[in-house]
Amino acid sequence: MFEYCANPDSLEGLTWLSCYLTTGKHLSFYTSFGTVLLLLAITAPVALAFGFGGAAMARSKVGPARLFGKSYISIVRGVPDIAFFMFFVIALDQGFEYLRHQAMCPDWDQPIRQGNDFVVCSAAKLPLSTSPQWIHEVYGFFLAVLTFAIVFGAFAANVIFGAMNSVPKAQIETAWAYGMTTRQTFWRIIVPQMWVYALPGLSNLWMVLIKATPLLFLLGVEDIVYWARELGGTKHARFTDYPHGDWRMWYFLALLVFYLAFTKVSEVVLDKLMKRLSLGQATAGGEALRRAAQ
Amino acid sequence: MKRLLGTAFALTLSSGVAFADTVRLGTEGAYAPWNFLNDNGEVAGFERDLGDELCKRAAVDCEWVTNDWDSIIPNLVSGNYDAIIAGMSITEDREKVIDFTQNYTPPDPSSYLALSADVDLAGAVVAAQATTIQAAFVAGQGWTVVEFATPEESVAAVRNGEADAVLADKSFLDPFVGQDGLVMLSRMEQIGGGVGMGFRKSDTELRAKFDKAIQSMKDDGSLNELIAKWDVATQF
Repeated sequence: MFEYCANPDSLEGLTWLSCYLTTGKHLSFYTSFGTVLLLLAITAPVALAFGFGGAAMARSKVGPARLFGKSYISIVRGVPDIAFFMFFVIALDQGFEYLRHQAMCPDWDQPIRQGNDFVVCSAAKLPLSTSPQWIHEVYGFFLAVLTFAIVFGAFAANVIFGAMNSVPKAQIETAWAYGMTTRQTFWRIIVPQMWVYALPGLSNLWMVLIKATPLLFLLGVEDIVYWARELGGTKHARFTDYPHGDWRMWYFLALLVFYLAFTKVSEVVLDKLMKRLSLGQATAGGEALRRAAQ
Repeated sequence: MKRLLGTAFALTLSSGVAFADTVRLGTEGAYAPWNFLNDNGEVAGFERDLGDELCKRAAVDCEWVTNDWDSIIPNLVSGNYDAIIAGMSITEDREKVIDFTQNYTPPDPSSYLALSADVDLAGAVVAAQATTIQAAFVAGQGWTVVEFATPEESVAAVRNGEADAVLADKSFLDPFVGQDGLVMLSRMEQIGGGVGMGFRKSDTELRAKFDKAIQSMKDDGSLNELIAKWDVATQF
């Protein structure tokens, strides 16, 4: 990166370090922090939407919708995360490819499953094998977001379902007494008030989600833990300009600091949000705020 | 989400002009000198040079992809890339699931690395990378084996005393000799049938292309030159 890095053997101390820390590989490492943050930024709202939808369905008056919502919550919560992640990469990907295959190659006469092999026509491949690597990466990232959203959505749905049921009955009955329809009661009374009950559970989920991102590599996305392990591994002088021993501990130490700082920031933000949501609520937190204001 | 899906579809559709000629090569990228990531984060090593030359001779465009060793076969079989070129030894068990080309390095002995030269292997804990011929060999001997996801971790286990020795390809262990007091045992194990490229069983045509390219490199001696350049194995 810097001009003086042309001959790393002659460098020492901080100059060496500045060159070492700006190799192409390290830049990929720094970029992967962005990948993880982007994944969280996209996954959190999507999972929340899944959770909201799941919870709304689970308490629906329509039988099939209720059944769907309830089984989504219990099945996904019951299956180990790692099994889901292993399953979803392959199953979702093959599902998409199977649909495209049916649509695009109607005159294909060979079976799709040949022994262990999953074979679709090359036009149905997702992404096409001719696509540049970044499209493959974007696709992997998209699969990752979808998988995370489905898994964490189920947990969020359970939290929100409980929160919706925690809104005091008296409030709902009052709404009815004022002549509100079920829909109006849901959107005007239940939804605005349930967040304060949902937030402790949701903030837990957020913390777990932050630390679940190393599962990304199962989905082919190179995340910070992958790069830390790769960069920290022993490098022999024959294969690199910057040979070193097993430095994984230092890289993982950096990750530790990152994760601690990130969870700390999250805690501060969530605390603020909790205060804001408690305002005017008939809960202990709301009561405390009211007294403090007097 | 819908829009994301839409763009992903549009992208893949619009780029679908000439297919079938790009071959995606899957490798591990953590097994120097066979395959590793260089300072720029690109795949490098013996198999990078070999793969590029083979693609040239087979007249196909190649793209390099890295994948965890653990899931390298399942991802080939489900079509995420088209070939494995990752220092993978040809074994009967693997041949039940995928097909190999002829070997591009001869069958070579695997070596042990330990902190002292007089380790009694029968009573020792031996580290190896999971799902390798070395791990299978140690388990087959009835010794205690501990498996690690990456080769790096299997060497680290010896350094920190978790294991008494590590069994791996000699060329991978060679550069570690002398570091932190690691020594190579004189005992070696003749296991595996040489290293080859792995393909899906249904992909016979592509496999034949690469098989032919390997043969041509064996015939004109350029394969031996590459082996010597990277010092990965004995020559043909």
